[in-house]
Amino acid sequence: MWIAIGPVAVYYLIKTAVSEIAKKPLIDTKIQWAVFIIIFIPIAIGLVIFGYYALKGEYDEQM
Amino acid sequence: MQSSKTSGIWKVITASSVGTLIEWYDFYIFGSLATVIAGQFFPKTNPTAALLSTLATFAAGFIVRPFGALVFGRLGDLIGRKYTFLLTLIIMGGSTFAIGLVPGYETIGFAAPLIVLLLRLLQGLALGGEYGGAATYVAEHSPEHKRGFFTSWIQTTATLGLFVSLGVILLTRQSLDADLQKSIAKFNDWGWRIPFLVSIILVIVSIYIRLKMNESPLFVKLKTEGKTSPNPLKESFAHKTNLKMVLLALFGATMGQGVVWYTGQFYAQSFIENVCKIDFGQSRTILIWAILFATPLFVFFGWLSDKIGRKWIMLAGMFLAVVTYHFLFGQLLSIADSKNRTELSQLKQVKTTLSPISKSTYSLRTTVTKNFYEDGMILAETKKDTSYNEPGKITAKPDIKISKTLGSSDYWEMVLIVFVMILYVTMVYGPIAAFLVEMFPTKIRYTSMSLPYHIGNGVFGGLTPFIATLLTTIYTDNKLSGLFYPIIIASVCFVIGALYVNNKKDLSISNA
Repeated sequence: MWIAIGPVAVYYLIKTAVSEIAKKPLIDTKIQWAVFIIIFIPIAIGLVIFGYYALKGEYDEQM
Repeated sequence: MQSSKTSGIWKVITASSVGTLIEWYDFYIFGSLATVIAGQFFPKTNPTAALLSTLATFAAGFIVRPFGALVFGRLGDLIGRKYTFLLTLIIMGGSTFAIGLVPGYETIGFAAPLIVLLLRLLQGLALGGEYGGAATYVAEHSPEHKRGFFTSWIQTTATLGLFVSLGVILLTRQSLDADLQKSIAKFNDWGWRIPFLVSIILVIVSIYIRLKMNESPLFVKLKTEGKTSPNPLKESFAHKTNLKMVLLALFGATMGQGVVWYTGQFYAQSFIENVCKIDFGQSRTILIWAILFATPLFVFFGWLSDKIGRKWIMLAGMFLAVVTYHFLFGQLLSIADSKNRTELSQLKQVKTTLSPISKSTYSLRTTVTKNFYEDGMILAETKKDTSYNEPGKITAKPDIKISKTLGSSDYWEMVLIVFVMILYVTMVYGPIAAFLVEMFPTKIRYTSMSLPYHIGNGVFGGLTPFIATLLTTIYTDNKLSGLFYPIIIASVCFVIGALYVNNKKDLSISNA
């Protein structure tokens, strides 16, 4: 499940960014959404990696 | 022997906490004074300067903190905790003091916003290195069964730093002239520099205290045995054994903790001021009172985590936030609602002033209408439009600002609600320093714990007010739509934490 959340979240983030920039195409809006995307894509990748480790049972000793 | 050990740990806590508190104060005064600073350095008339304002606000708080965590975390694991978090204090103190000295845009032009942006980035970098050092330093001096209690004192510093910043700003804003309005005008003009400048005194004291402290005993032992890491970054993030714990720390703890922290304090204050339209001063004193009452609970939950484990206290805080935020913020809206109140119409005041607009026959008309209510609320509407002196000609979109001052009973009800939100903050944050320290080996502890902490707090938490406000501009019919973000993030974190985090107690952290 965690592996799926990462790409889904990025999809919605980019979709919202495109929509908001289209509504208000100012430089401020573009910068804000660019910052969100730049920051959250690596985090989403991290979530995918976390999901992979969870699937492999890497955290089973923690539970 | 026991009393000298005890007095020793209290000196360690003081040395760490005072400096960390100052760093949080330095960081928060910029955020608290963002509007005033924007006016001085980033005038809206210059698009590039306004652009830099956006960058300063975003980049410093969110992008730069994790980089600071990497840079100073690595340094702390290579050369030691003491000198690294001394360095972060010097950088933070120096850049804060310098912000107070930078001439405004009107004096030095474009150089002003560039310099302020650079200084703000330095603040973010320094903060990224501070917390990991302070928490690690205290934890590595603490006995195992009291680690939660002793590190919880560090956990009070972020909230106390916010408290001190709000207090200093409010006091300065009201003290520059006998007339309040003149005092506020002076504050907006030059008085805003005072909170930046005075911090240097506290920074110098903190540096002096920290210089006198010894290095962490665990780090000294590691260094003596030749077991320090040659490449903390690689060992922290390129090897599965540790990377999986960094990811668990982020997704199972700090992500949810960060959004609860910022929602209960920053977003609550912003919501009260901008959505509920409560007066500037009251919106801040409500937070100040709630912080004052709730702060001891950081230490309580840190102590409790030593008895029953860290995990379920933190997750309980997230869970309570998820299920009650909608109700609590709804109550804030309800308290501030001026409908269904009994107005004392005989006390209503209307005052109109006209200021001529140069090179025209028109005037700027400011109409202040004050409505008084039986329960003590005062609703002030300030309307600005143009008086055209031509029959039938009116301003299409006058500028209207609403400000409400609450009566005593409503005021304390809001304090209670914010107190409950900060109670959740103490639950998620009180035990987390000990929790993070216990997840990582000594030789890469500073690096490994700093990154998930600053992503969770700097990125997820720090973006909370922005994303929440943004959501209210997308879902305009729902004033509570901003809560979708913290509720979703905290929910995901709660589930991950519940499934994958262990609740072992009395863990040894002396492993290399």
